[in-house]
Amino acid sequence: MTQKRQSNTKMVPVPSYSIVPERDVDKRPVLETRHLGIEFGGLKAVEDFNLTIGATEIAGLIGPNGAGKTTVFNLLTKVYQPTNGVVILDGKDTAGMNAAQASKLGIARTFQNIRLFGNMTVEDNVRIGLHNQIRYGMVSGILRGPSYWKQEKAQHEKALELLSIFDMQDMADMQAGSLPYGAQRRLEIVRALATNPKLLLLDEPAAGMNPHETEELMENITKIRDQFQIAIMLIEHDMNLVMGICEGICVLNYGRIIAKGTASEIQSNPTVIEAYLGKRKEG
Amino acid sequence: MIQFLSYLCNGISLGSVYAIIALGYTMVYGIAKMLNFAHGDVIMIGAYIAFCAMQYWGFPPVISVIAAMVVCTALGVIIERLAYKPLRKATSLAVLITAIGMSYLLQNVALLVWGANPKSFPSVVGLGALSMLNGQLIITSETIVTITACVVIMIVLTLFTSKTKMGKAMRVVSEDKGAAELMGINVNATISLTFAIGSALAAVAGVLLCSAYPTLQPTTGAMPGIKAFTAAVFGGIGSIPGAMLGGILLGVIEILGKAYVSMELGDAFVFAVLIVVLLVKPTGLLGKTIHEKV
Amino acid sequence: MTRKQKMLMSNLITYGMVTIAFIVCQLALSGSIDGFKMSRSLKGQLVPICAWIVMAVSLNLVVGVSGELSLGHAGFMSVGTFSGAVVSGWLLNAFQMENEPVRLLIAMIVAGVCAGVAGVLIGIPVLRLRGDYLAIVTLAFGEIIRNVLNCVYINVDGKKLIFGFNTPTLPGKALLAGPQGAVGVDKISTFVMGFVLIMFTLVVVLNLINSRSGRAIMAIRDSRIAAESVGLNVTKYKMMAFVTSAVLAGMAGALYGLNYSTVAASKFKFDTSILVLVFVVLGGIGNIRGSIIAATLLTILPEMLRAFSNYRMLVYAVVLIVVMLTTNSPFLAGKLATVKGILKGRKNTGKEGDAV
Repeated sequence: MTQKRQSNTKMVPVPSYSIVPERDVDKRPVLETRHLGIEFGGLKAVEDFNLTIGATEIAGLIGPNGAGKTTVFNLLTKVYQPTNGVVILDGKDTAGMNAAQASKLGIARTFQNIRLFGNMTVEDNVRIGLHNQIRYGMVSGILRGPSYWKQEKAQHEKALELLSIFDMQDMADMQAGSLPYGAQRRLEIVRALATNPKLLLLDEPAAGMNPHETEELMENITKIRDQFQIAIMLIEHDMNLVMGICEGICVLNYGRIIAKGTASEIQSNPTVIEAYLGKRKEG
Repeated sequence: MIQFLSYLCNGISLGSVYAIIALGYTMVYGIAKMLNFAHGDVIMIGAYIAFCAMQYWGFPPVISVIAAMVVCTALGVIIERLAYKPLRKATSLAVLITAIGMSYLLQNVALLVWGANPKSFPSVVGLGALSMLNGQLIITSETIVTITACVVIMIVLTLFTSKTKMGKAMRVVSEDKGAAELMGINVNATISLTFAIGSALAAVAGVLLCSAYPTLQPTTGAMPGIKAFTAAVFGGIGSIPGAMLGGILLGVIEILGKAYVSMELGDAFVFAVLIVVLLVKPTGLLGKTIHEKV
Repeated sequence: MTRKQKMLMSNLITYGMVTIAFIVCQLALSGSIDGFKMSRSLKGQLVPICAWIVMAVSLNLVVGVSGELSLGHAGFMSVGTFSGAVVSGWLLNAFQMENEPVRLLIAMIVAGVCAGVAGVLIGIPVLRLRGDYLAIVTLAFGEIIRNVLNCVYINVDGKKLIFGFNTPTLPGKALLAGPQGAVGVDKISTFVMGFVLIMFTLVVVLNLINSRSGRAIMAIRDSRIAAESVGLNVTKYKMMAFVTSAVLAGMAGALYGLNYSTVAASKFKFDTSILVLVFVVLGGIGNIRGSIIAATLLTILPEMLRAFSNYRMLVYAVVLIVVMLTTNSPFLAGKLATVKGILKGRKNTGKEGDAV
């Protein structure tokens, strides 16, 4: 667990807004939420959720099953509209926006239950991620002018370059739905990265992976942060992964934040142990 | 004014038939999450069976209706087993196309068996009409029987789904098939039962529809079927009182629209209602909201 | 071969197939080869076949590529037929435009625009819905269009077009007469124009599929939520597929309508929408070439098998059910794969259902 911040990870300054208060740099936060909450038919699924994430921070969101972690992701990505509070992405209030508009502001995500474009190729999945970075319309797509060929070529190269992060260039022509499970999870990350995000949300990226794959994933997550200089927030049940790479951790229980801090702070927090870590020892 | 009351009665009568058909749609949609497009054509088959029983075999009306119900019940269960059950995990596109195919199959089988010429359907009621307000307002016995049948059916069905074991099983399956299975409920049997009840009601609806509008031909069920689906959506799909309310409102809207606005655009009104309801309140009048899980 | 090259190859085969079929038909029509002639009834079917091919390909854009079931496609065709007939009649009667190909072209373009406008108007409410509800509402709109067209009367008087609603007695020469539909149509559709329209449709649809917009449409079909999460405007792309399909159906409608002297609105009943759906399902949902072949065969066959005309719709119904069951039921699909494997000594099996 102590080997967490070595090798290929260079130290990145994290702004003071972040979960870990003592780090400092004058960069504004990429995400800020104030009193964020949502109700489903009177049931408060998430309540008074306040969180700030620095521009290049890796943050973890943990909590027991049903604590509302994925609901938080759905609120941040505007899949759900909050009943209370605000989500500020890259300095802009997202009130009234839909998921597509939030994506254009620079938030990207993966899904707990993988949602790839299963009938399309691996490359096309990445190309969909690049959709908003190429700019030819329907008519030039049909008429096939020079701008079509130029941009298609650029898009193809960019897609392969992104796939190379996870060494997946050779799979570009395969059907996404036919990939093995782990590769599907990685493809989801590549697709999210293709949208050129400032904040990447990963919903249980290590689910279903073996320890070796998880180890690789941890390295890759820090590598992605360093290479793209983006913030990453992840939901994960694998505590080795969370404690290993997350600089700040936020613990959720019954829709409320019960603790925020560094890995060591969280591990020694009695409330967290009661709500979460204590439980984990049994199973 | 008298004229209006008379239209209103006709509307409620037609609406009651829609309501009975809509019950079949709403129950099947609630439990199997599919739009049984062929339901309207089961009505037509039911009417033909009752017609044959009365005209060719000389059975009394009551026996004929029961015969139609038995045949339709069997038909409904067979259709479900052969065509829909294998597609339980398929996309809604595939299921709907299959159901449309089934609808056409029934229509064309009827065309081969009974021919394209419309049959003149004899009324199963055969009582005199009720005359009110010095004979200015005449309510036919068919209207009275139809409305009564509709109310009785709704009460019985509501009691069935809330009080009996099988009825409760149906509600559980419509909530969550997986959980129902774990609780030891036979999901396949429950779905079959739903189709059986819906189809038996379709037979009743067919007989009542043809008693009021006595032209029987292979396409008789298609339009009322679609309109009854509209009624089910209008009232809130999956809701039994909703189907009743939606059916009657739709029948009234159709008859009044035809009478006061335009005869040619009568059907267009019904469909306009469907579109408006789906856009303004997709859950219908008495339906409940469903959240999409992400 | 990479998937991309395969796709290019497949598209070339599609274009080639249509072109060769066209040349063969032209040869047969010219009678320049001895003993190679076309029967009268088949000759009469050439233009309708072209129209049905365009209908099937355009519906496949909605059903196969966009993944939504539209049951009102005949509605767009009828808008095209009637607007095309009115425009053609107006140009002929008011401006004495005798040049038939130009008039046909103008009529088809106007028909496409009218159907496209109808597509936008209908698409705005319809595309907010999903699944079964969307399907049933397209059905409802198809019926509403037919009901409304049944009441529309358009006459040409001098240079003016006179519109009427439920008013059978208008001055001038009738172009559109309510339930009788388009009347006194000048038959100007040609097989050559039909071929041109098919090629145009193929260029639009195949190039669209293989472009940024087409990929967006397919992505939304595969997962709406994921598509939104990467910043796709779902409504925009659903609308694009729906309206493009409507425009093409309108053009096909004009081609079809201008091939007959009268066309009644009842020609475009729900049955017609289903007929086109049968072409798409039988040819393979999402498979453009399949739609072309299915539309051609199912238009020619009933003509050749007149004795069995009673069974025609029955057979179509069985086709719909059987194709759906074999491609979607895990049990039957497995059985089918085994049978195919035995017959062909293991060749690729799971090709249908590509887009389902």
